[in-house]
Amino acid sequence: MQLVLDTEQQQLRSTVRKLLADHNNVRSVVDGDGAYDAVLWRHLAELGLTGLVVPEELGGAGAGHVERAVVLEELGRALAPVPFFASAVLAADALAALGDTEVLPALAAGEKIGALAVSPGWGPAPVSATERDGGWVLDGHAPFVISGDVAEVFVIYTADGWFVAEDARRMPLTTLDPTRGQAKLEFAASPARRLDTADPAAVLEEVRDLASVALAAEQVGGIGKVLETTVEYAKMRVQFGRAVGSYQAVKHACADLYSTSERAESLLRHAAWAADHDREALPLAAASTQAFTGPAYFAAAASGLQLHGGIGYTWEHDAHLYYKRAKSCELLFGGHDAQLARLAGRLDGVS
Amino acid sequence: MSEFREKVRAWLAENVPGDEELANAKRFQAALYDAGLAGITWPKEFGGQGLTSAEQQVFDQESARYDLPNSVFRIGMGMCGPTILDLGTPEQKARYIPPLLRGDEIWCQLFSEPGAGSDVASLQTRAVRDGDEWVVNGQKVWTTVAHLADFGALLARTDPDVPKHQGLTMFLIDMHDAAVTVRPLKDMTGRAPFNEVYFENLRLPADAVLGQVGQGWLAAVTMLGHERVSIGGFVRKRHDPLAHANLAETARRYGRDADPVVRAELAKLYAAERALALFNVRLRQEAEAGSPPGARGSVAKLAGAQLQQQAVAVAGLIAGPRATAWEPGDAAGEELALAINQTPSSSIAGGTDQIQRTIIGDRILGLPREPVVDRDVPFRELRVGTQRSA
Repeated sequence: MQLVLDTEQQQLRSTVRKLLADHNNVRSVVDGDGAYDAVLWRHLAELGLTGLVVPEELGGAGAGHVERAVVLEELGRALAPVPFFASAVLAADALAALGDTEVLPALAAGEKIGALAVSPGWGPAPVSATERDGGWVLDGHAPFVISGDVAEVFVIYTADGWFVAEDARRMPLTTLDPTRGQAKLEFAASPARRLDTADPAAVLEEVRDLASVALAAEQVGGIGKVLETTVEYAKMRVQFGRAVGSYQAVKHACADLYSTSERAESLLRHAAWAADHDREALPLAAASTQAFTGPAYFAAAASGLQLHGGIGYTWEHDAHLYYKRAKSCELLFGGHDAQLARLAGRLDGVS
Repeated sequence: MSEFREKVRAWLAENVPGDEELANAKRFQAALYDAGLAGITWPKEFGGQGLTSAEQQVFDQESARYDLPNSVFRIGMGMCGPTILDLGTPEQKARYIPPLLRGDEIWCQLFSEPGAGSDVASLQTRAVRDGDEWVVNGQKVWTTVAHLADFGALLARTDPDVPKHQGLTMFLIDMHDAAVTVRPLKDMTGRAPFNEVYFENLRLPADAVLGQVGQGWLAAVTMLGHERVSIGGFVRKRHDPLAHANLAETARRYGRDADPVVRAELAKLYAAERALALFNVRLRQEAEAGSPPGARGSVAKLAGAQLQQQAVAVAGLIAGPRATAWEPGDAAGEELALAINQTPSSSIAGGTDQIQRTIIGDRILGLPREPVVDRDVPFRELRVGTQRSA
């Protein structure tokens, strides 16, 4: 296994970091000037990042999950308000696993934004499918659809299998995390295309494993940024005549942040490597990384906020954005309990 | 009379029942060496295999299935040997490394003193130059395997007139010298894996110095760096009752494996165990690519101690009252109690959790150091430990 990034992967990181430094405008979205940063999204598409792991014949870049993790880390560091996780991860992975050739190229090219509708606990969405006039229609509501407020293509997992639809009523939800929208989707005799597959549930599992790795990457990026800004602040802020970082209470909390960051990154590197090179190891690696990184990111963000003192609690400071993103990430996919139960189930198979 | 003494000595050495465990350890290490599996990443010219961390990793993975009977060599292999390779003269390397790897000789590390635990540099054991020789007087404590050791790496004060970090020197000493007295010290488990060690006019030749005279702190930091990696990077063995796999098995045996709380805590423990193991793999791969771990070993040390505590909590959750009382001779009960009682040492030995956090803060994150009051004061003017220095 390879847990250290090679030169090209490091270059990819610098490229994306530079792009985000120049173009990321998270505050415009947070302050309500738009649902996502369309300019940044276009830049990501132009660099081929929206279709990073999509095979070349389907319009993607044909790169690996290690590379996609690098990109997601940077997006997570910057809290980039773009629908990358929903479109380039969840929807694209599902469509790729289902062998779709109709809408995946548009998603890969970033021309359309996709979203995935499942139940909050990652079961079938409460949407029914009916065959009518040789086609299918969907009825029902899908709650908590990530980036469902800005998506144009919906990939839906139902008790009747997988569907893709473009006609859904989007009802944006107010979100804890202001950098990433969610919506309730309403389907009312909405035409849909069925995506046939022998084992729909197996596709869902695979998509969830890959999503766990992708989310972990975003979280690891967030932890890294929290660590960096907190340490910077601890060096600069003086109280009682000394930089606060010289006090053990603060220094040791920073050391714990570092330790968390290093361990979370280690789990991520392995899970991403497994996604590319060892699919048998992926289910356990993916579940492990979420079991650790979900609560680790929230603890890091909360600690980072605390170490900034009163300044950290103000709207102007970004600390609360990381806090909110971290809690939201932790509660995805059924929440931390569900993540642990999933890992426990996989460990049953191991020993 | 001296002939008689020789006879008595030889007979006793030959006939008093020895430590079977120790003999096993030596046999096993020698067999490893003969098989070309000892010192996998150590240089060939001193008996190592000259291979890479990839081979070391394979060995670690495979050997983790077994309870290798050679833990008595851990301090030599993990700390003293690597430090001698870093700082030793060609003669020292040639003399000490091959027998260490073959398991012929056991090493201990003589740093801590009653008044110098976390603040190692405030130690008071003195080495005074006498012609070409050094004369050592003083006391060490908490010295693991000193009672079995053939050699020790001793940190002593050679100049009390300069600030504490500047007046230290490291020596390689013969633990069988009559001027060295080892007294077993019981730890809180009731066993005596460590010792008090006394030096009374121990005479050392000039070539006993490891590194440079007055540069003992550098040697100590080098060794402590190896120590943290060695302790933190220690792979949980298959037999370790606190390893996730064994706790999961214990849960099955006690019928606790369907309890959702137990399942969740075991899952968390597994993830934490994997995180540390993978972090150690990363450190090795980075070292291979040319960036040594440096102070990052402190993360492994700290996380290892935390993992130990987490595992003890899960063990208690699974065992319930079985962790509090058991039938005499019940191996599972004894094992669990031992694990509970050993846990505090992982946060103290080899540098406390607090020291590790300070190292991470100072050396990795570059946070400003705490104001230090003794850095520029000659050692002899300092108050150290709980006593006034001489």
